[in-house]
Amino acid sequence: MARQLIKGNEAMAEAAVRAGLEAYFGYPITPQTEILEHLSRRLPELGRAFVQAESEVAAINMVYGAACTGVRVMSSSSSPGVSLMMEGISYIAGTEVPCVLINVMRGGPGLGNIAPAQGDYFQAVYGGGHGDYKPIVLAPSTVQESIDLTVLAFDLAEKYRAIAMVLTDGSLGQMMEPAELPELRPVVRKDWDWAVTGAMGRPRRILSSIYLEPHDEEITNLRLMKRWFEIEKHEVRYKEYYLDDAEIVVVGFGTAGRVALSAVREARQMGLKVGLLRPVTLSPFPFHVLDELSKQAQGFLVVEMNTGQMLNDVLLAVKGRAPVEFYGRPGGVVPFADEILAEIQRMTSSPLSVAGDPRKAWLERMLAAAK
Amino acid sequence: MATLDVEIVKPENQVYCRPHSFTDFSTHYCPGCTHGVAHRLIAEALDEMGVQERTIGVAPVGCSVFAYNYFDVDFVEAAHGRAPAMATGIKRVLPDRVVFTYQGDGDLASIGMAEIMHAAGRGENITVIFINNAIYGMTGGQMAPTTLPGQKTTSSPLGRDVELQGYPLRMSEMIAKMDGAGYVVRRSLHDPANIRKAKKAIRTAFETQVRGLGFSMVELLSTCPTNWGITPIDALKWVETNMVPVFPIGDFKVSSAVGDLRF
Amino acid sequence: MPAKGWIEVSDQYCKGCELCISACPQGVIELDMSRLTPKGYHPAHLFKDGCTGCAICALVCPDAAITVYREVVKAAPAGA
Repeated sequence: MARQLIKGNEAMAEAAVRAGLEAYFGYPITPQTEILEHLSRRLPELGRAFVQAESEVAAINMVYGAACTGVRVMSSSSSPGVSLMMEGISYIAGTEVPCVLINVMRGGPGLGNIAPAQGDYFQAVYGGGHGDYKPIVLAPSTVQESIDLTVLAFDLAEKYRAIAMVLTDGSLGQMMEPAELPELRPVVRKDWDWAVTGAMGRPRRILSSIYLEPHDEEITNLRLMKRWFEIEKHEVRYKEYYLDDAEIVVVGFGTAGRVALSAVREARQMGLKVGLLRPVTLSPFPFHVLDELSKQAQGFLVVEMNTGQMLNDVLLAVKGRAPVEFYGRPGGVVPFADEILAEIQRMTSSPLSVAGDPRKAWLERMLAAAK
Repeated sequence: MATLDVEIVKPENQVYCRPHSFTDFSTHYCPGCTHGVAHRLIAEALDEMGVQERTIGVAPVGCSVFAYNYFDVDFVEAAHGRAPAMATGIKRVLPDRVVFTYQGDGDLASIGMAEIMHAAGRGENITVIFINNAIYGMTGGQMAPTTLPGQKTTSSPLGRDVELQGYPLRMSEMIAKMDGAGYVVRRSLHDPANIRKAKKAIRTAFETQVRGLGFSMVELLSTCPTNWGITPIDALKWVETNMVPVFPIGDFKVSSAVGDLRF
Repeated sequence: MPAKGWIEVSDQYCKGCELCISACPQGVIELDMSRLTPKGYHPAHLFKDGCTGCAICALVCPDAAITVYREVVKAAPAGA
């Protein structure tokens, strides 16, 4: 297919349609409403299901219903709306039916603003809803990657009967870039052995997240855990830039990773031995990659658009073997490459230490700069 | 003990037996609870219409949370109040199936208020069976949106005070005002004549769905002997004496297409 | 001549709620106090003759525990 100039939100919506999306249930919320609007036109055109629900609560439950029938189904929202969906997400996880969700993050907490942010990492990666489960979380950093990861999300969700969330932000949702959409796949309804479709010619099925007997619930939890380890083994994805001889490793995802790449390239021009690790799957997280890097790197710089969330996972992976620093712009502020370059320069020109709290040190620098 | 005339007990003389759409499970409902009657009427309707194999039920949270154990049809379990949204998701992707929700007064009229109003507003071709027993049964007898003024419950121990706790909600009347609603009626299960009318209404509701005539709901005045603290027989009388005046039995929306149905 | 009927009440399902007893127009049902179902209820049963097979008991039964039989008595031929 030809490359076209396309907006991130529209690209993800159309990518889902091309991947065989059969049903979308959503609610307007900035900065992702283009997804809803695009699908309100496209899905009826193709004879597929679209409903603008009365709330995100209703939307996620419509997704839950459709997911139980085994069709490819999706919803999308932004941070406050995703919070509303957490109950439904837990139910979907507990019932082990597949679905795709898109979270176009914005500044928070609370109503916040409509500017790009990465404040929902914890919520997404650690489940978000009640109970023990983890969704697969994919983080694009370009419009093309947004397309590719949306298509991948459907495949992964079905492969593992899991929730696959595309975790992006308002910047990527709104920007327009040249990108290529896949061919339109015909909808193929699979004959799942678990789907609820009306018990024609077979014993009837029940799909529920109820396991009243604690021992049965434990078995379910262990099953989910076992499946999680399979996902961890096979589905970790990440991108490496200039890491072969890197002394400072910058770690960033999504827009933060994209801006950090510009900074890293400039630093290389200046002769600094810096590289970038950009996780593409936030869940499963590339722990083993950081583990390896921690044996060679002299320091890590985690860059995020929040107050340090992926930071925790990097600290976990590095295990104190090397110093980890943090640079964050929360609240909907997007960092510029020169800010990150300044941090890299600071790190290469002053001693680093594993002692101390990287978040606290960052906060002190931020507050000092604000004066 | 009456004398058995074995001539009578023959298959050709059988005038009533347990519905085919029921599983073999004995229900967990309290003795005399009219949930069982409502379940039975639904199963009978599904049998009569021959739609067992293409029916998908959506179970609520409440005493009937295990409804999926009692009907021999495909079933899903919804979060509290969300059944109409789940049913919407299912019906939109499988429009030729018979999709019904079964909900109590907390599930439908409290936490699920938005979902039921909008499913009806959108005219979703689903059938909702609404069990109104003026109390929250499963959680031990708290006040419901349908609890009567003055009625004592565990969260209105002095009796429902309308000044502080508001008035009961008449869901059928409210939902009937929606243009998307095709058939919205209230019936009662408190005596044989009313049970027969309830059965006819449930059948009509499913026929409404199957013919694509809009959203259908049957509200059923029901008992909760355990949490009302009276016997099952007295509970039926309580419905007649106390609930019917507040929740009138009647037809609140019967579209002309539904009115013309003959089956 | 009234129809003759019979009911079978299942021990598996009957919970002794007595709604059938209250509803029976012939008053021929009562709880069998001499025995218990596996769940510990006294099940309903016909305790005297007179059942017409009207099935009102089955209509009100919350547990679908009752199977009803009615012997159809053929009308006498005209002029008999």
